[in-house]
Amino acid sequence: MRDQKLWTWHLAAGAIILFLLGLHMAIMHLDALLGIFNPAGGHPIDWANVVARGQSMAFTMNYILLLGAALFHGLYGLRNILFELDPAPPLKKALSWVLILVGVGLFIFGTWAAWVGHQVASIT
Amino acid sequence: MSNGNLPEQIVFRIRRFAPGRDKEPVWKEYPIAYEVGMTVLDGLWKVKETIDPTLAWRASCRMGVCGSCGMLINGKAGLGCNTQIAELGTAVVTVAPLANFPIVRDLVPDLRPLFDAHTALSPYIIRADTAEQEEPTREYYQSAEQMEAYLQFSYCIKCACCMAACPTCATDPVYSGPVALAQAHRYNTDTRDDGFEVRKEVLADEVGPWRCHFAGECSRVCPKGVDPAKAIQLMKRQLVADALGLRKKPPLAQPVEKPEGIERRPGIPEAPPPTV
Ligand code: HEM
Ligand code: SF4
Ligand code: SF4
Ligand code: FES
Repeated sequence: MRDQKLWTWHLAAGAIILFLLGLHMAIMHLDALLGIFNPAGGHPIDWANVVARGQSMAFTMNYILLLGAALFHGLYGLRNILFELDPAPPLKKALSWVLILVGVGLFIFGTWAAWVGHQVASIT
Repeated sequence: MSNGNLPEQIVFRIRRFAPGRDKEPVWKEYPIAYEVGMTVLDGLWKVKETIDPTLAWRASCRMGVCGSCGMLINGKAGLGCNTQIAELGTAVVTVAPLANFPIVRDLVPDLRPLFDAHTALSPYIIRADTAEQEEPTREYYQSAEQMEAYLQFSYCIKCACCMAACPTCATDPVYSGPVALAQAHRYNTDTRDDGFEVRKEVLADEVGPWRCHFAGECSRVCPKGVDPAKAIQLMKRQLVADALGLRKKPPLAQPVEKPEGIERRPGIPEAPPPTV
């Protein structure tokens, strides 16, 4: 794909990360201040709260979207850095493929893990 | 006369290189007498006239206009003709050819990569009414605000100082660099121009602004205050908006009719006839 499109997606993924990571920080690390999304009360990493988040479809989708955005953003950024070192064109092509395979592989693995977590939490 | 803080004698430390003769560049030192008001270019002339006539550099206007005398002065890219030795404040002045270009000889860089990238981005007004452009009958209207959108970027003299300072140009020969990109943006924002799509064909690929990380070194060294880094960020904004289908195409400037029925104020001389 052309860099105009890829870079636009890179920027959009940055904005998604900013929002979702912000949400994650607010829930997990600023809970003393905000006290949101912890239905069982107490600490955000209490088992009951972990299960409650796992049962929620919104949280599961949030994790998958954050994973996709972070993987695309990080790997495209890495590709940019590597390409600036001026590798030969065949090496550029090979690098792109390796990064695509790593990204897709990690995305499938992470999505599977999030989904199984959701299923297990739902029957707990 | 006082020399400020500088001694009577200063030393020019110059990187010399003649491809084909020398294996690698060597530094040579030339002591010369300092005179008040001396520029780095004046110093080079003094070395050439009094010590070594084989020293080579490129210069023409000696007033910051032609863009020929870009060089690394005490490690920073700048114009030899508009850098005062007193302003540097060092008794040893080091001079080297602009970084990130092949060397033709001594202080003369081969600027072809710059001009190739510049040419590839069509740095001129592109529009469909070519007949009107070739044989203009009227003027294209442009407001003062519309002109201000690109005016600063049009001050570029293609001296290549920015390219020598750019960390991306240092490693990535594919990157078009600040000169070509700033000039492409200069034309993309000119309301008389309709060539955005033509330039986008080139800019959308690897050679475009995507490898610019806004280090801003180009703008720091630019002797004409062009701020190419700003042009590149504005260009990214325009191209991202275009990718999202959100770019608003400004109306194309049209030739304006000569106003009719208006009396010319007395005492205003006629414009001289066109010479070209
Ligand atoms: C707060 C959320 C984030 C925002 C708003 C953001 C934004 C950006 C932007 C605008 C760039 C382009 C910079 C340039 O081209 O000079 C960039 C580059 C990059 N980002 Fe992020 N980013 C964020 C989080 C992350 C995360 C979590 C990672 C790691 C997975 C990451 C990895 C990278 C890498 C490797 C680059 C390439 C470096 C470069 O091109 O200079 N970013 N980011
Ligand atoms: S942008 Fe400035 S430094 Fe770069 S070529 Fe133009 S005038 Fe020289
Ligand atoms: S702002 Fe962009 S073009 Fe200018 S020096 Fe930095 S990377 Fe190069
Ligand atoms: S000699 Fe023309 S810019 Fe320096």
